[in-house]
Amino acid sequence: MKSITAVLSFLLLSTLSIGGALAEDSLIDEGGQTIATLRNGPISVEADPPKIGRVENRDIRRKRAYPMQPPTIPHKIDGYQVDLNVNKCMSCHSRKRTEESQAPMVSVTHYMDREGNFLADVSPRRYFCEQCHVTQVETKPLLANEFVDIDQLLNTDSPKGH
Amino acid sequence: MIEAIKRYWRTISTPSKYFSLGFLSLGGFIMGIIFWGGFNTAMEFTNSEMFCTSCHENIYEELQTTIHFTNRSGVRAICSSCHVPHEWTDKIARKMQASKEVWAWITGTINTPEKFAARRRTLAEHEWHRLKANDSLECRNCHEFEYMDFTWQSERASRQHSTALMSGEKTCIDCHKGIAHRLPDMTGVEGF
Repeated sequence: MKSITAVLSFLLLSTLSIGGALAEDSLIDEGGQTIATLRNGPISVEADPPKIGRVENRDIRRKRAYPMQPPTIPHKIDGYQVDLNVNKCMSCHSRKRTEESQAPMVSVTHYMDREGNFLADVSPRRYFCEQCHVTQVETKPLLANEFVDIDQLLNTDSPKGH
Repeated sequence: MIEAIKRYWRTISTPSKYFSLGFLSLGGFIMGIIFWGGFNTAMEFTNSEMFCTSCHENIYEELQTTIHFTNRSGVRAICSSCHVPHEWTDKIARKMQASKEVWAWITGTINTPEKFAARRRTLAEHEWHRLKANDSLECRNCHEFEYMDFTWQSERASRQHSTALMSGEKTCIDCHKGIAHRLPDMTGVEGF
């Protein structure tokens, strides 16, 4: 009995603390009901938009944050033109430019069509880099990421030597 | 009537017979100020944003989205900052060249968006060649290399500027194309 009470109170406390962590500055009163939201204000009111963060410009490649994540862009891309005329990203990242630019080369999969046939240039379906690759801003994450990479997962779960 | 014209002509051809030296030199001095001032004012007017955009409207819209139009410190470039040399003689030379562009305007070489799009690469190349030939002088009128503090630049920027740019191997326009306008089709352009 005692242990059940302990477990229950632990669960209760942890839910409360999670709720507390979430709600720091995001609890609003909506029609007599207090609800947690990421929006700064009730739905009927135009909320102050959050401050625009500065784009991280350190050129240091980041670890992935979820499985199959396209690598994020570690530099500013203000004014980069990607359209019918030109792809500014490719002026450094295309395979004919990487020797001079020393930028990471676009992966070979981008030079394939969906049947796996190789093409001379980047596949049209991969042309718009920012569809998948994005910059990151210097800001506090709204939620912590608990992603554990497969290598780490294998190491912790498997018995030693496997 | 004929008599009156003859009298005027006599005065004009030999003014010193009729006017004092002081009057003539002072008059010449004042007229000089008026004409020279008027000439320069008119030329300055052709350097103003208002004058440029009276024809080049579309390109002005493009400029407005770039860092040379709006930015954190409010220092900005107008058309002539980059497209007209700042030195007087070079400026006059460029203005004379521009008379050909007036002709293009009269004949309507690029008077529709389609015509402009088709000719854009050629026009862009003119400017790239000009900046390449004068070592990006119009960039350097504001962005002076001697006063660049590499420690304030991102690592990548300082690497490029302290090597390729410093050695003179490259000039601003080699890398910084399309910083104030949209780029044309860049097929075959070095670096793209």
